[in-house]
Amino acid sequence: MQRTDTIRESIGEIAASCVGQIGAPITALRKILRSHGHIEDEHIRIVAEVFNLSIADVRGIVSFYSDLRTNPTGRKHIRICQAEACQSLGARELTKDVVEALDIKLGETSQDGSRSLEAVYCLGLCASGPSAMVNDRIIVKTRPEDLLI
Amino acid sequence: MSRALVPYETLANALGANGLARELQRRGEQVTRTGSFGLSWLEPMLVIDGDAYGPVRNLDELDPVALGPVEQLPTLSQQHRLIFDRCGRVDPMEYDPAWLFEQLKRAPRDLIEEVKASGLRGRGGAGFPAHIKWQTVFETEATQKYIVVNADEGDSGTFADRLIMEGDPFRLIEGMLLSGHATGASKGIVYLRSEYPVAAEVFAKAITKAKALGILETFDIELFIGAGAYICGEETSLLESLEGKRGEVRAKPPVPAVSGLFGCPTLVHNVVTLCAVSAILDRGGKAYAELGQGASTGTMPFQLAGNIARGGLFELPFGISLRELIEDWGGGTLSGRPLGAVQVGGPLGAYLFESQLDTPITYEALAELGAGVGHGGLVVFDDSVNLIAQAHYAFEFCAHESCGKCTPCRIGAVRGKEAIESLITGEYTHGQLEVIADLCDVMEQASLCQMGGMTPIPVRSALGLK
Repeated sequence: MQRTDTIRESIGEIAASCVGQIGAPITALRKILRSHGHIEDEHIRIVAEVFNLSIADVRGIVSFYSDLRTNPTGRKHIRICQAEACQSLGARELTKDVVEALDIKLGETSQDGSRSLEAVYCLGLCASGPSAMVNDRIIVKTRPEDLLI
Repeated sequence: MSRALVPYETLANALGANGLARELQRRGEQVTRTGSFGLSWLEPMLVIDGDAYGPVRNLDELDPVALGPVEQLPTLSQQHRLIFDRCGRVDPMEYDPAWLFEQLKRAPRDLIEEVKASGLRGRGGAGFPAHIKWQTVFETEATQKYIVVNADEGDSGTFADRLIMEGDPFRLIEGMLLSGHATGASKGIVYLRSEYPVAAEVFAKAITKAKALGILETFDIELFIGAGAYICGEETSLLESLEGKRGEVRAKPPVPAVSGLFGCPTLVHNVVTLCAVSAILDRGGKAYAELGQGASTGTMPFQLAGNIARGGLFELPFGISLRELIEDWGGGTLSGRPLGAVQVGGPLGAYLFESQLDTPITYEALAELGAGVGHGGLVVFDDSVNLIAQAHYAFEFCAHESCGKCTPCRIGAVRGKEAIESLITGEYTHGQLEVIADLCDVMEQASLCQMGGMTPIPVRSALGLK
């Protein structure tokens, strides 16, 4: 119970720290994501309260922006670029290999929570594809083994 | 002791630049972290005592990757770098504001006249004459006006915004202050996509540095990081997002120059457009307009991407042909196979083919092919390209990224995707191409913005539909 209260307090502080900034509710949700990994109903409620918005408004923001995920990622969060420049260098085949090897689809997390897979659309490294990310690490000229180790 | 320039840039970092910089420092060399020159195939590219090396894997094996003096590197010296002239050469935080302060003494009308004389057009994709927006914001009376920089560079095959923000953020700050001075705006906001954390880090540092240099006494700059939405590169969607809402596009008119952010007159420009302003004011609008071809004046940072031997950024005057760019600058496909197609101008750009490569890259010549310059990105495919899959992807991407506000885009993209799927599986082929052609017409004519309105371009060109 005490832990829940502390989390609630820290989420409230994060949201409050953004008041007055441009695009504040989105920035607040991004910061909550950064500190918490994903966004929960309770966070949405707190953000709504801080910014004097309805819960529906905030839920609408969360569902619009693909970064604002509501499910936890795996400990190893793998993102593979699906856009054209990476397609021309084999991103489709790379994705297929990784999906088969991990036995999870894009957008899914493995049952043991060790890995999750997600599509990303362009990392701006388009002359060195296929590009991918594992957590915060960027990989270029990616081979399946780079993502499966 | 040697003097080494090591890029601090996303691609170079991913390829080991940070480790190389640490090792050089450990050896007692004087290391400056710069931006990238944009020659992607040579990254990590180092400059040690004026000599270039790349791609560097190991500091003990520099001879095999020696490229000679950086100033004589043909792939750099033969470019016409006006926007990117400092990028790669300098520490992004080293900045002398003397020139900027001089320019800020000029009359606003004078600056607008220079931009008009330059013929500068929006580099984000629309190609709209910049001075008309400047003039409109200038003339619209309001207590608050904004400069909004569109750095939501989501087009696959483009990375010019990222490179300049990582390598020479003061070029953008100059453009923001000068356009602010010209139009009467006192606040600037940069809308940067979340996929570019290094650009965010460097630009945030540059804002701090600019404050210390006394540049931001009468003009405020704020950096906003997006949350993953391609559509927010559309200017009205971007403004909605900056207001803290879902990035759903607005109907135009009113245009943002009249009623933009929070209803105030707002100058919305792509990063590269604003970064061209310094070169225009420095050389004079007329001199700038002498570069390029016809109504496509000045230089464009072209970005060669995808299956290309020598990919990267090349700033050149408009008018170069697609063939020169792909074959002479890019060295053809990376795989060595014949070219299959090149998509020009991002996910909403046309697929062009071998027989069209002699077209000069200008707004007008590409428009004649039903194509566009977009943000200057070219994605090259070899002959293994599956054009039906690319057409399918165009619809799929639109379905994924549509803001949902208008029906042609929201429903049309999904129906288009399904129609191509049934074509691929052979489940239902009779009349499917007519259905797709019809959908393209509806999306083109009835969508609220270019997301739905231009998705037919890659679809038609890939499928050979008119």
